[in-house]
Amino acid sequence: MPTQLLKVHGISKSFPGVQALKDVQFELNRGEVLTLVGENGAGKSSLMKILSGIYARDEGTIELEGEPVEIDSPKSAQAHGIIIIHQEMNLMPHLTIAQNIYIGREPRGGIFLREQALNKKTRDLLANLGIDLDPKAIVGELTVAKQQMVEIAKALSFDAKVLIMDEPTSALTESETDTLFRLIERLKAQGKGIIYISHRMDELRRISDRVTVLRDGHYIGSLTKDEIDIPRVIEMMVGRHIEEGHRPEASETSNDVVLKVENLSTRRLLKNVSFELRRGEILGFAGLMGAGRTEVARAIIGADPRVSGTVSINGTPVHITKPADAVRNGVGYLSEDRKLLGLLLEQDVNTNVLLASLRDYTDAIGFVHTGKGKQKTREYVSSLRIKTPSITSTTKNLSGGNQQKVVIAKWLARNCDVLIFDEPTRGIDVGAKEEIYKLLRTLADQGKSIIMISSELPEILRLSNRIIVMAGGRITGEIDNAKADQAKIMHFATMTGEDEKGTVQ
Amino acid sequence: MTTPVTERPEDVAVKPTSGRAGTGAFLRKQVQQSLAFATLVVLLVFFSIASSNFFTPSNISGILLSTAVVGILALGTTFVIITGGIDLSIGTGMTLCAVMTGVFLTNMGLPLIVGVIGGILTGALMGFINGVNVAILGLPPFIATLAMMLVAQGLALVISGVRPIYLSGVVGYKDIALGALIPGLPNAVLILFVLAILAYLVLSKTILGRYTFAIGSNEEATRLSGVDTRKWKIIIYTVSGLFTGVAGVVIASRLQSAQPQLGSGYELQAIAAVIIGGTSLLGGRGSILGTLIGALIMSVLINGLRILSIQTEWQNVVVGIVILIAVFTDSLRQRRSAS
Repeated sequence: MPTQLLKVHGISKSFPGVQALKDVQFELNRGEVLTLVGENGAGKSSLMKILSGIYARDEGTIELEGEPVEIDSPKSAQAHGIIIIHQEMNLMPHLTIAQNIYIGREPRGGIFLREQALNKKTRDLLANLGIDLDPKAIVGELTVAKQQMVEIAKALSFDAKVLIMDEPTSALTESETDTLFRLIERLKAQGKGIIYISHRMDELRRISDRVTVLRDGHYIGSLTKDEIDIPRVIEMMVGRHIEEGHRPEASETSNDVVLKVENLSTRRLLKNVSFELRRGEILGFAGLMGAGRTEVARAIIGADPRVSGTVSINGTPVHITKPADAVRNGVGYLSEDRKLLGLLLEQDVNTNVLLASLRDYTDAIGFVHTGKGKQKTREYVSSLRIKTPSITSTTKNLSGGNQQKVVIAKWLARNCDVLIFDEPTRGIDVGAKEEIYKLLRTLADQGKSIIMISSELPEILRLSNRIIVMAGGRITGEIDNAKADQAKIMHFATMTGEDEKGTVQ
Repeated sequence: MTTPVTERPEDVAVKPTSGRAGTGAFLRKQVQQSLAFATLVVLLVFFSIASSNFFTPSNISGILLSTAVVGILALGTTFVIITGGIDLSIGTGMTLCAVMTGVFLTNMGLPLIVGVIGGILTGALMGFINGVNVAILGLPPFIATLAMMLVAQGLALVISGVRPIYLSGVVGYKDIALGALIPGLPNAVLILFVLAILAYLVLSKTILGRYTFAIGSNEEATRLSGVDTRKWKIIIYTVSGLFTGVAGVVIASRLQSAQPQLGSGYELQAIAAVIIGGTSLLGGRGSILGTLIGALIMSVLINGLRILSIQTEWQNVVVGIVILIAVFTDSLRQRRSAS
């Protein structure tokens, strides 16, 4: 008879303009692995952030071992024994394993640290978990998998009852994954409860005792071990109904190929990525986080080095080693992180719009003729309907949608023919999203060629003429929009291993 | 007071519903500079009241003359600091430029103009090497220019044989700093003002200035916008080097000799002037006018304390405290605008 460890009920959370979670529930027993699945943006991360005290919930109850608990800070979550292991490591690379695990809780004698006691404590902890690591090893010199073990050991040193693992295998090899799963089995035997977040369908059956599915912030349902069936899980994740709005036609195959990418590979992730982009086409790039879509964009424009691959523009191979080369060839990249990589937040709208095309307004000795440039900026402010008090307003003060339009204006001012949009509507509210969609469509109709990377499947389906799906750094599928639906895309997006690239006929 | 960021009225008229964001940001941008300016006025008034010897034509001229060298260095390094970098090599670099000018003019007996240009180009070369080290090799600016600081110091000593090179014999050289094209105004001060106007024009009106701010605001976003940030950083460090070269020529003229052991410490005074003038060490924000005011504050303070017969030792203490206050008010203001 399993005993209940954690019961979460009626959790809701909204952010300005977005309902992130609505009436979500799940249960976790001792000695159990609960896998939480859902598309990007389904609410998994928000839910885990509530559990670990990073966000405060709007509504709902959390019961730990039958008692309602209040979790209002990461510290109180820790005190209740709920520990999250993040995708990105929180370790200090220059310290030893032991120093990392007991940071802030070092055994001391007066003002002196007792290094031997620390190492012994750590050795006991690691032995108890069956982790074969030297407490005195420097963390930065360990593999990612071993660092993860250290994270887990650190979590358990806090007497964790509930361990949350966010995509723990995304950076692990096959054999490292096996080691991790053995450790998880051991933790189960010790009566810990584990919440496991994963995108990888192949892991589901292997590790889960139960699966809970979220979609658009709602609880969809749970399946027990015997009921887990991959197509069924995918169906629950994407929902049966897709709004059958206006769907774009397949691309005109007669249009010229504007951008051709062949065998693009990078040292870390991308493997032989090849595709073509035609004039006036919106080519959607779908895939789960970490599939390598952004990396493709960055490799094409020369922001990151590539180990192989050729890029041709209008049939001519071009040599691109830095973003300046890409821009010269008419390829503009609109980063997914506008604030960090797209805009000069502290500078005004005018400076941002003209940043890529400043040369056009500069005379032979280097003086910028501001009048002409400001005229251009004003034109874009009115044609893209950018809401700003003035073109000399600081960009930081604009809303997300208007900031995005400023970035778009920057590339239009440079007259780029190929525009790569990376998550064009991230962080933009619903009304402004609609405007951005219309803008993308208009640009394509005017003959621009657009690559749109998006994690939102409805967005991909609504705008793309053609859809490329990536997983694990490779293109795993290519679908004409007319033949595409969310389930097919998810099928390709969750493909792992060295399967053949799939096309839907 | 004129400001380098001019807001023309028609720009505010695009959508007049709320002009607050624009003007608010505009005002905030000017606060540090206005603070510096107010400080300068307060200091002038205070010392004028405290001592009748302060506000006299000869003393004011002396203050300006003592501002010239540090001021010229500060102008150049303002560009580097706005990119978010730092240039520690300007002090000893200036000394090396002075020594090289001395070598060109005395040992090699080159014509005056050639020697002067040679000295300036020595600075440009050092700046260029700094730029390559920072932009191409990816060294942190602090390290790259610290190394250059030591190299320049060593070379200045080696080349001069640790002896001053006297330039009093070079006809016309003295006039570069101490002559007066405008009666009553030493040429060194004239050079400072002309360079300040030039630097102001470059920083606020040219593509180089625009990219300087862009790199300091967000280097990666600038790079992704197709700006060859490496190339521009090399140019910016070279510009700083050019100013270092001019400072070297001016100081050698003022002292009528190239003093190989002088120079270290000037870089910190110049950087302090830039910071007091409201340029952010984090990059993206700054102005030439601010730098000029910052340099004046330092000289006025030192001169005034000297006139009040306060010991030299205490003068440094006061300057240190002024820097602390300047940076603290700046960070206070930024925290407030962030929240």
